[in-house]
Amino acid sequence: MLKKLIGISLLGAAVLLTSCGDNGSTASGTTPTSTAATSDAASKIEVVGSTSVSPLIEKMAAEYNKTDANTKINIQAVGSSAGIKAAQDGTAQIGMSSRELKDSEKAQLTETKIAIDPIAVVTNPANGVENLTKDQIIGIFKGEIKNWKEVGGTDKPIVVVIREAGSGTRDAFEEIMKLTSEKDGKKISLVAQDAITADSNGAVKQNIATKENAIGYLSFGVVDDTVKGLSVDGVKPSTENVKNDTYLIKRPFLLVCKGEYDAAAKKFVDFIMSDAGQKMVEADGYISAK
Amino acid sequence: MKLRDKWIKGAICFCAFFCVAVLIWLILYIVINGIPSLNREFFQSLIPSVASTLAIIGMTLVFSVPIGIMCAIYLTEYAKSSKIVKAISFAVDSLSGIPSILYGLFGMTMFVTVLNFKWSLLSGSLTLAIMILPVIIRVCQESLITVPTEYKEGSFAMGATKLKTLVKIVLPCTSRGIVTAIILSIGRIVGETAAVYLTAGMVNRVPESIMDSGRTLSVHLYMLAKEAISFEQAFGTATVLIVIILIVNTATNLIVREKK
Amino acid sequence: MKRKLTKLFEFSIEKLFLLSAVFCILALGTILIFVFYKGAPVIGKIGFLEFITGTIWQPQAEIFGILPMIVSSVYITLGTMVLAIPIGVLTAVYLSYLAPKKLAVFLRRSIDILASIPSVVYGFFGLMTIVPMIDKYLAKGTGGNGMLAAILILTIMVLPTIISVSETSLRSVSNSYREASLALGATEITTIFKVMVPAAKSGIFSSVILGVGRVLGEAMAVILVSGNAVQMPSSILSRVRTLSANCALEMGYAEGMHNEALYATGVILFGFIILLNILMYIVKTRSERKG
Repeated sequence: MLKKLIGISLLGAAVLLTSCGDNGSTASGTTPTSTAATSDAASKIEVVGSTSVSPLIEKMAAEYNKTDANTKINIQAVGSSAGIKAAQDGTAQIGMSSRELKDSEKAQLTETKIAIDPIAVVTNPANGVENLTKDQIIGIFKGEIKNWKEVGGTDKPIVVVIREAGSGTRDAFEEIMKLTSEKDGKKISLVAQDAITADSNGAVKQNIATKENAIGYLSFGVVDDTVKGLSVDGVKPSTENVKNDTYLIKRPFLLVCKGEYDAAAKKFVDFIMSDAGQKMVEADGYISAK
Repeated sequence: MKLRDKWIKGAICFCAFFCVAVLIWLILYIVINGIPSLNREFFQSLIPSVASTLAIIGMTLVFSVPIGIMCAIYLTEYAKSSKIVKAISFAVDSLSGIPSILYGLFGMTMFVTVLNFKWSLLSGSLTLAIMILPVIIRVCQESLITVPTEYKEGSFAMGATKLKTLVKIVLPCTSRGIVTAIILSIGRIVGETAAVYLTAGMVNRVPESIMDSGRTLSVHLYMLAKEAISFEQAFGTATVLIVIILIVNTATNLIVREKK
Repeated sequence: MKRKLTKLFEFSIEKLFLLSAVFCILALGTILIFVFYKGAPVIGKIGFLEFITGTIWQPQAEIFGILPMIVSSVYITLGTMVLAIPIGVLTAVYLSYLAPKKLAVFLRRSIDILASIPSVVYGFFGLMTIVPMIDKYLAKGTGGNGMLAAILILTIMVLPTIISVSETSLRSVSNSYREASLALGATEITTIFKVMVPAAKSGIFSSVILGVGRVLGEAMAVILVSGNAVQMPSSILSRVRTLSANCALEMGYAEGMHNEALYATGVILFGFIILLNILMYIVKTRSERKG
């Protein structure tokens, strides 16, 4: 009997602990828990889409809720395609996409570019190579160049890391680097079949950080000192180079909605596009859209 | 004879030692990588996730354990035709091989869309309940089968009804099995990511009702790791998760187990 | 009167149990129907044999051959079970019969924790520790992602299931068996392996089935360490993609026939486990017949 009581009180304590933090805790980078007073003017914004864009939007929402605590912003990161679809059928007031809209999608949707995400070609910091030409990159990813010594490095095999098919990052990278070919109106990737396929920025990063001979591509915003960004054709992936269009490998972060944004959503989007919002974009390592 | 026995004993101890070594390695790795991020602010940021996780564990167990146990009881104690029982057991077991993402998609179609529960704790726990039913049924079945028939016959001989026998004799014998089933299920629930974010969503707030979306600890750490937001925080979340599991498992062991 | 009431009560409780069983079967049946419904059309369009023996998987060109992935899944599952079953069962034996009480409790709790760690964590753990080790010592710098890494990580992931279910079964074998065997002069070890383990056979088999289910269905951890190249494995270090991993990787964006093909993969996985179940059943009945 005593044991049962202990057990139940343990559980109860755990539950109490969690409800303790309910009252007005504001932690960095996450939305504050909604306070008990739900005013009748509380509105909801459903934001659905890309996993790459959502971390940024989460931070924006947290900041936005500091001035407007009554708007509940629900962010679901289920992928760009799902987000676009949700915007199209109205389940989401705002859709997030990390790729350009296809022509078929552009018809019903209005898009707002909120940031530019350069894609960096990265290697392990221990790798001596600092720069690659566009042709060398194409050769490497196609599997034609197999050893680092062919591009100015040491005699080691090149380990290519790519993203899964359907990744916005991959689509943008392959499109810009001309690594695709058309066949019967369908795009086929020309990348080597036996490359390591990683399923997210995080996986690519860890693959590269733990393997000296690896090369891959990453969203610029997540590059830190565990990986090294290469210059492409002598151009480094930096803010100025993206803004002056010398660094060309990049993709947009878009917010989309069907027709017009509704009142609550419009206020939020305006915030994101304001100077304060764009400052947050830059703080995260992306490029402002303005 | 003795030498062979020594070898076998050695092999046994080696295996056990291997398990312990791997366990320690893994937990140390997680904790050491997570420590840099463990501070008050971080813990506060995890509170919504902890709340969602506990809520989902509770709801899923409520949905699946009673029904799973009753199903197992029926299959072992009451079902007349053993052929049907075998067929059902086969089918139930085979469902455990389906990738969890398909369960997630099923849940998304069935609960989020068709039944219009939307992304919510309810959708999440219903989906998880279906996912762990095979484990509960299978483990409880095994447990029920091991109850010696003499116990049951002795009870019948004394005039007890089937139900009374069940409650007073059979179930207490199987409490260990039921605990195993529950603990395994909790493990599965807490460790599950794909099926959860497709159905319970990932809103990072303490859910106010079961119809609210919530982000569990594993989904939270999934997002932190996958989007390379912060590996330290991801491991930190894993550390907190381990602590929560310790608490929940200990509580379960204390509540359900009965001394023979 | 009282007897009639108790009889009625008994009857309704029995029907309640029956209802739960029916409900379970319905719930599980629904998901089965869902997967079949979504996956069967594509098998019809392509042809079952083409689907499972085709070696090229190119969704954009609408070519769906899953043989390389089937082979990879089979190898990885086999490899994992070859490692996990002996280690798991022997550890369960240790826990039930040989370990000092306090150590056993500590071990059991720790193994329960292992069972709850999310697969993403296992995946990244594998990617950050095991893969580099394989890369350095076995793969000579070509990248340690591959079948071996997947097997090792999956073994660790499935051990808790095998250990806890086997151990529950072993501990519930009546002590009288053990005492009788020891009284007849058998050693501890002989008793364990000739008397106790066979008595717990059913539970151990169950743990294996649950384990195989877990391994076949595991996607997240495998995706992080196996390399995910769609090709026939040429060695244990080959980069491969399993059926489940493929599902999880491409579901996010697959449309139309591609989508259906992924569900069809789920159907195949289900078929696998049924086959395995039947196999285990045959093995079990054979060994029971032998006595």
